[in-house]
Amino acid sequence: MNLTLKVWRQSGPSDAGRMVTYRVEDVSPDMSFLEMLDVLNERLILEGDDPVAFDHDCREGICGMCGMVINGVAHGEQRATTTCQLHMRHFEDGATITIEPWRAAPFPVVKDLVVDRSAFDRVIQAGGFVSVPAGSAPDAHSIPVRKEDADDAFDAATCIGCGACVAACPNGSASLFTAAKITHLSLLPQGQPERLSRAKAMVDQMDAEGFGGCTNTGECTAVCPKGIPLDTIAQMNSDYLKANAK
Amino acid sequence: MAVTGAVMVIFLLAHMLGNVKIFFGRESFNAYAHGLRTLLEPMAPYRLLLTVLEIVLVVSVVAHMWAAISLARRARKARPVKYVAKKSQAGGYTTHIMRFGGVTIVLFVVWHLLDLTFGVVNPKGFDSTPADRMIAGFDASRWWVTLLYVVAVVMIGLHLRHGIWSAFQTLGLANRARYRALKAVAALVSAALVIGFLAPPLAITFGVIK
Repeated sequence: MNLTLKVWRQSGPSDAGRMVTYRVEDVSPDMSFLEMLDVLNERLILEGDDPVAFDHDCREGICGMCGMVINGVAHGEQRATTTCQLHMRHFEDGATITIEPWRAAPFPVVKDLVVDRSAFDRVIQAGGFVSVPAGSAPDAHSIPVRKEDADDAFDAATCIGCGACVAACPNGSASLFTAAKITHLSLLPQGQPERLSRAKAMVDQMDAEGFGGCTNTGECTAVCPKGIPLDTIAQMNSDYLKANAK
Repeated sequence: MAVTGAVMVIFLLAHMLGNVKIFFGRESFNAYAHGLRTLLEPMAPYRLLLTVLEIVLVVSVVAHMWAAISLARRARKARPVKYVAKKSQAGGYTTHIMRFGGVTIVLFVVWHLLDLTFGVVNPKGFDSTPADRMIAGFDASRWWVTLLYVVAVVMIGLHLRHGIWSAFQTLGLANRARYRALKAVAALVSAALVIGFLAPPLAITFGVIK
């Protein structure tokens, strides 16, 4: 496969940045999107050019490090797929592919396609934890959990914090991420003592980071590589409203 | 957005049902208009309840607009650098015309009040009965007014198709099991409002009501 890439190049946080066009030749359809970028980077390095910086780690679709907006869609048009698990067979030979970083004020560009997602860490630090007595591990069956609650909590817990929801949201809202983290804990018995204070602290931190507000467009859940459902946001809103009513 | 929107949806339902009275004749419609002003009489003075309702509505409209504007401003601040390419993935165009629809509806409401409430742009003027203003306003010779209403009312319908279920989501009352029902209710209420609101003007323009 031969491709034309239009890639966002930005040498550092203070650089204005621009789209640069590259040709990539002899791409195997079995390559992942990141391997295709590796091919480009090997050539750029050989030519003495600066390789395109992008985040990646496990390349198994479970770490949440990779992520770029491909042809206007976070992680590309393949549903429920991270960029590392997106394969070149989904693209046409000779296609032109636009690649941009996540665009959000709380996610400043570090370099090229790498953005700083520390804002997510601070949202987690604000309340994404349960306080449990330390000591030896409890027996697995010591706290009963309803099957339905366990399933829903696990669905929410599959969030890998990649930031695609923010990137796709027309408002730049982090509601799906924050809601996934809140729902994951608020459905389980261990999360109950801090349930309302957690919702308040995490939502307030999310707003303080400069993310936009949710208008229920559903763009987030459509691009989420883990398919986090939209009703986690209703759960978050419910907990947040109750916390504020107190 | 959710609470103020709900107030306005309830108002629209009552308003639509009131309008349909024109099908039962001018007297029925005029009696309804008079009845609105004498609600709770003799306990309350003339027009007290109606004035209170009008104040609640104006407050709702202003608060709804304030919320929409602050959401739009936050959204702009949250994405200072725009995408070169951006493709929507969520099905449904209604979510993407909410702000445009809101502006259209505000402009329409201004015209609507000048037309049928204050009679400024109505051929019968202010010193006429409500039914006279309504029937003269949608006369076939003023077909463009009817057209304006059709466009505006359809826009309200599209606004509510997203707005109604969205309000439940915002208030934390939605969940996976309820989404289908909520979206169906939103579509049904929007359709009922569009049909109910468009029936009288279209009937007048096409000479069914004289």
